[in-house]
Amino acid sequence: MGLRITKTTIAALLITTGLVLGGCQSLQHEPDNRLYMQLGERSGIADVVEDLLYLIVADERINHQFKGMNVAQFHRNLTDQLCELSGGPCTYTGREMRELHADMGVTATQFNALAENLILAMEKNRIPTAAQNQLIKRLLPMYPDIRHL
Amino acid sequence: MTRLVAQPIKKLWTGTLVPLMALGLLVSPAVMADVGSRIWATGGVTTIEGSAGGGLVPWAMLGSYASDEEWGGTLALSRAEVDDYSLAVTGAGLNWNNRVEVTIARQTLDLDSLVFTLKNGFGLEQDELNQDIFGVKVRLAGDVLYSPWGQWSAGVQHKRQRDFTVPNAIGARDDNGTDVYFSGSKVFFAAVFGRNLLVNGTLRGTRANQGGLLGFGGDLNNGYEIMAEAGVGVFINRQWLVGAEYRQKPDNLSFAREDDWWDMFIAWVPDRRLAVTAAFVNLGEIATLEDQQGIYLSLQGSF
Repeated sequence: MGLRITKTTIAALLITTGLVLGGCQSLQHEPDNRLYMQLGERSGIADVVEDLLYLIVADERINHQFKGMNVAQFHRNLTDQLCELSGGPCTYTGREMRELHADMGVTATQFNALAENLILAMEKNRIPTAAQNQLIKRLLPMYPDIRHL
Repeated sequence: MTRLVAQPIKKLWTGTLVPLMALGLLVSPAVMADVGSRIWATGGVTTIEGSAGGGLVPWAMLGSYASDEEWGGTLALSRAEVDDYSLAVTGAGLNWNNRVEVTIARQTLDLDSLVFTLKNGFGLEQDELNQDIFGVKVRLAGDVLYSPWGQWSAGVQHKRQRDFTVPNAIGARDDNGTDVYFSGSKVFFAAVFGRNLLVNGTLRGTRANQGGLLGFGGDLNNGYEIMAEAGVGVFINRQWLVGAEYRQKPDNLSFAREDDWWDMFIAWVPDRRLAVTAAFVNLGEIATLEDQQGIYLSLQGSF
């Protein structure tokens, strides 16, 4: 009896999760700028990137990787990149990600540190959790390029 | 007489005072050192067997927040109170470079109502069972957050009974055994209403009866069997994870049936240093006492 309840409960939970997952994915097919709007359009994204830069500079784990960079150019490029990724009317004009990180030897620790700072910057700008997750999901394909894997 | 007094005091000590003291230590600014770089809650929590995972099931993630250039450690105190038993677990773990996790755990199972069965049926006077578990887990490949194929780990849990009298009397063959397991874990970003979904699957080769608390091997089966275990969780935000786990179990002893375990949990990770887990657990039949359900609480500190 106990065993039956066990398996039914778990099966129901797994099926529900599957249905919810399937449902969400089918909704995402229409091309839209909802994420871009949730991030506060280009100015909202620019604010997040600005806060991210402050966090990077203060972060001993990664600030040495950014030494000597052109701050204004970095801010503009990253803002354009996130704007474009989120469905906004921008075009990233910076260098290709793999080429850009080729000689940096970015470790998992450093990648995690940057991801943490991005999340903190989004939280500071009150980006909703779902929008934060969506943006990170769209950034994930860059992971092997940045880590040079 | 001594036992009558000592037992409640000991319960209070392990159940309340020690966790409170640990909590006090954890939140005191004196130990606010670097706690590792992995993203919040990606170290999982400490299972009842010491390995990183959920409550009952080890996951592919390694404990603490150590990333590839860091060391990390965890300390955990857990307690499960089901109808006729209570289980207390003290665990500690070390993580090197997010590559190898080494853990140690001591389980103490208070037999509560089973004491009378043992005394009348077997002439045994014993009120608790103790077991030590030494664990090693290696991350083989991948990253639970960033790899499209997830993270894959393999581990062993070597378990040693400290009092074999009771397991021996009910038909267990050995007082020690080694579980071997293989786990895969993956976080799917923005998968459930924009929330991140954690999925874990584990295969375990084991001879353990009730995780080893009732010894290893038995009259019905004495060899290794492969058991399937799973866990799913949804991150409500980066501080709250809600989910469920399922753990298939062998059935080696004719003395009593052994059921699969499951739980539904909620974990709160206010920051990297502290994780609090509460769960509803169903452990099924344990040593003839049926339908053991109850509450699980766990407190974990990372450093």
